[in-house]
Amino acid sequence: MSEQTVSTAAVQTDPLKRASTGVRPISWKYPITYAVLAALSVLFALTVPEGARTHFRLSSGGDFFQIPIVELPSRPAGWISAVVLVVLAGFAFWQASRRAQARLWLPLLFGVLFVFAFLVWAGADRGAVIPLVTMLTGALALSVPLIFGAMCGLVGERSGVINIAIEAQLLAGAFLAAVAASVFTSAYMGLVFAPIAGALVGALLVFFSVKYQVNQIIVGVVLNVLIIGLTGFLFSTALTQNPELWNARQQLPRLPIPGLSQIPIIGPVLFNQTILVYLMYLIVGLLNIFLFRSRWGLRTRAVGEHPKAADTVGIKVNRMRVYNVILAGAIAGLGGAFFTIGQGLAFGKEMSAGAGFIALAAMILGRWHPIGALLAALLFGFSTSLGNVLATIGTPVPSEALLMLPYVITIFAVAGFVGRVRPPAANGTPYVK
Amino acid sequence: MKLELRGVTKRFGSFTANDRISLTVEPGEIHALLGENGAGKSTLMNTIYGLYSPDEGEILLDDQGVSFNGPGDAVDAGIGMVHQHFMLIPVFTVTESVALGYEPTRAAGIMDMAQARAKVLEISARFGFDVDPDARIEDLPVGAQQRVEIIKALSRDAKVLILDEPTAVLTPQETDELITIMGQLRDSGTSIVFITHKLREVRAVADRITVIRRGAVVGETSPQSTETELAGLMVGREVNLTTAKEPADPGEVCFEVRGLTVLNSADKVVVDHVDFQMRRGEILVIAGVDGNGQSELAQTVLGLRTPVAGSILLDDKDLAPLSVKQRLAAGLGFVPEDRSTDGVIGAFTITENYVLDMYDRPPYAGGPGNVALRLPVMREAAQTQAERFDVRMGGVDDPISTLSGGNQQKVVLAREMSRDLRLFVASQPTRGLDVGSIEFVHRTIIEERDKGTPCLIVSTELDEALNLADRIAVMYRGRIVGIVPASTSRDVLGLMMAGVPADEAQAQAATHHTVLAEADEQAEAEENK
Repeated sequence: MSEQTVSTAAVQTDPLKRASTGVRPISWKYPITYAVLAALSVLFALTVPEGARTHFRLSSGGDFFQIPIVELPSRPAGWISAVVLVVLAGFAFWQASRRAQARLWLPLLFGVLFVFAFLVWAGADRGAVIPLVTMLTGALALSVPLIFGAMCGLVGERSGVINIAIEAQLLAGAFLAAVAASVFTSAYMGLVFAPIAGALVGALLVFFSVKYQVNQIIVGVVLNVLIIGLTGFLFSTALTQNPELWNARQQLPRLPIPGLSQIPIIGPVLFNQTILVYLMYLIVGLLNIFLFRSRWGLRTRAVGEHPKAADTVGIKVNRMRVYNVILAGAIAGLGGAFFTIGQGLAFGKEMSAGAGFIALAAMILGRWHPIGALLAALLFGFSTSLGNVLATIGTPVPSEALLMLPYVITIFAVAGFVGRVRPPAANGTPYVK
Repeated sequence: MKLELRGVTKRFGSFTANDRISLTVEPGEIHALLGENGAGKSTLMNTIYGLYSPDEGEILLDDQGVSFNGPGDAVDAGIGMVHQHFMLIPVFTVTESVALGYEPTRAAGIMDMAQARAKVLEISARFGFDVDPDARIEDLPVGAQQRVEIIKALSRDAKVLILDEPTAVLTPQETDELITIMGQLRDSGTSIVFITHKLREVRAVADRITVIRRGAVVGETSPQSTETELAGLMVGREVNLTTAKEPADPGEVCFEVRGLTVLNSADKVVVDHVDFQMRRGEILVIAGVDGNGQSELAQTVLGLRTPVAGSILLDDKDLAPLSVKQRLAAGLGFVPEDRSTDGVIGAFTITENYVLDMYDRPPYAGGPGNVALRLPVMREAAQTQAERFDVRMGGVDDPISTLSGGNQQKVVLAREMSRDLRLFVASQPTRGLDVGSIEFVHRTIIEERDKGTPCLIVSTELDEALNLADRIAVMYRGRIVGIVPASTSRDVLGLMMAGVPADEAQAQAATHHTVLAEADEQAEAEENK
């Protein structure tokens, strides 16, 4: 017995000197994804017809700078981007084998190049011009409700309340914005009422989930059904009977920002927008600062991570949650206004069409971080826009396949492809003393 | 500041957690509150801290009656508390944790991080704490986390500091440092309430001791009392602090773990190349501070986690391809660490809990394909076992949640030991139990050993390790630092729990004794007198 003790002890002291990193399996999923995409881009380059050309339009009608249509020789352009993509994929393998920390620039650069390679291939000898600015403008427009929704979701979840009802809040915001704008014949009145609608839905959510500790997912689902039904009912009764009074189209005017809106390509995309989009920039920026640097942000995160700890330092956990979820609801309601007054449309049944759920996915993909969620929402918006553009110019791949893209990305995102995502620790858990 | 309680009573439903408790803590005094698990110490402290409001009685600070609507009020009145389970947010930095709730701000509620940081540095400098204000809480060892909690309390000018079981998570050396800190605080005029169930510590640090049992004060005494006296007061009868056991008679090697490596869900290595062997009829205790991979090791042996490398051999058979169920069938008995979530199903009856892993085989099941449960057989077996294991209960048809923790644990033990075991694994088998139940559990484990079953026990309680083990393996950051005989001193084990290899620990411990080890020697001397 004692003999064995000694011998085991001798063996045991040695692992202390052993490097423990050696056992961690290398994650190959990113390099493999890059490799597959790089191989696809090579395939694109191979299948481009000899001497084909791809045309890009870099400005749209009303722009300050009119840039002539750019014409690229498809095959060389395709090959150059394919080669760079292959090199980048190789670099990713090399990095993974060294267990280096992944950096954000690589997927961004890779994504932009891959999209370029794809567009060159898809637009080769189509006789159609690829309207880049239109595509980007469309991408932003499709992203706006997603971004508002994702910000709503993350404010709620950072304070520990799961919000599945973003869809309902967007829809309620869209509805009330349209009705208010119509009744007061002013689009800006819609902006006043949209957040109220979202906040009311938020208040219902928080009333049941905080006061009565009902399962938050169930309350959220029920609220979605409730708002879809309620707006649908009002639409088919009051709104349809007297559309001039209740559902007349109103549009927020575009307010180009002098100077900035004249920058080629990005100027018209980002800075020739309505006040709603500028508000969105402001909200994302403010959340990014306030969530991580302010007293409110620190307390919000504390309440979402460890409510009991927050309680022991005198923070009113449930009050904090109530305020935050209502505030978040107002943000989503504002986002809903984009569907109607933001685009000059009348209200239509279920016009949010699942954007609230995609917003939720954007929040997860963005790891509960305002900037991450912003980028994720933009990615979703862009892939939808890409699908729309390709549907009009006609491509070798069916555009329906491309329209699936956001949902495919969502599934991968939620399944944790983007690495281990850590939600706030107390997310979805009611706080009872 | 002087803290006085007069007749404080707190009830939960029909259960009286605190029964007319009166006690006075003088300024600059370390007042120990000694009592068993479940005696009502934590309830009392949560009442003082404003988390509960007392049903009767009053709390006085410097002879002024106070009433708190929440912890915020208590903090404003100068009461600080270090909870047994730290109230720290793992993803926050030290500065953020200390500032939370009392944030220095500039315009628009933006935090003044420089000021918050300076405050952390100032307090840690004042008491010689070595704490990095920018470190993330989850990256700090528990000893450092506790210092953050103390800084938190001090940053709010606490005049009365409550420490709830502060040593539960510390190595003896860290406990030593804590004792020094407590001395410093006392000398600067802070009153300290020190809650514990560990007799040794009480005698080493307290100026006065109040003992509570079943929610009521049973006596006030001085640290000069012997351990036996204190134990008798705490439990209400004579107790044996150590369980008598014959020396082990180890047989052939029958269980072996080789190069076992396990990752957690975040892909971090939690069990790192662990090797050890066990012989029949011996108890090997895996000691170490909580969170160093012991729980994961035990779970991997049962099959709840899949290792990325290494093998587990029981009777020369590799367990790797076997499911949990097959492992249990192969003769593995397992007592999980969290009784209420993993050991029993609260809403099920005692009978149902007793047959949880045997319900689908004869004699408890019958008929074609064993589809029918034989309920009378189950009840009878549960009844017999409950009597054998001295489970205090109304009847075997009561939900198990109506039993005390100790009795629930007895049901778990009865279930696991009702099969013929080739290996018995228990994780924290006595956590949260009262002294009587602890004695029973220890005796039962030793009986199982004497039957020839190798027993692998994970324990973070050094007392338990020393009491129960034939050999002790100390784990630190997923690795086994060394396997030593059970006669190894507390100081050496403490150093090993901080990652110092066995031989080095021997050398260091020879030159520096901790307060607790000295108290140990003193107690022994008294016993021998």
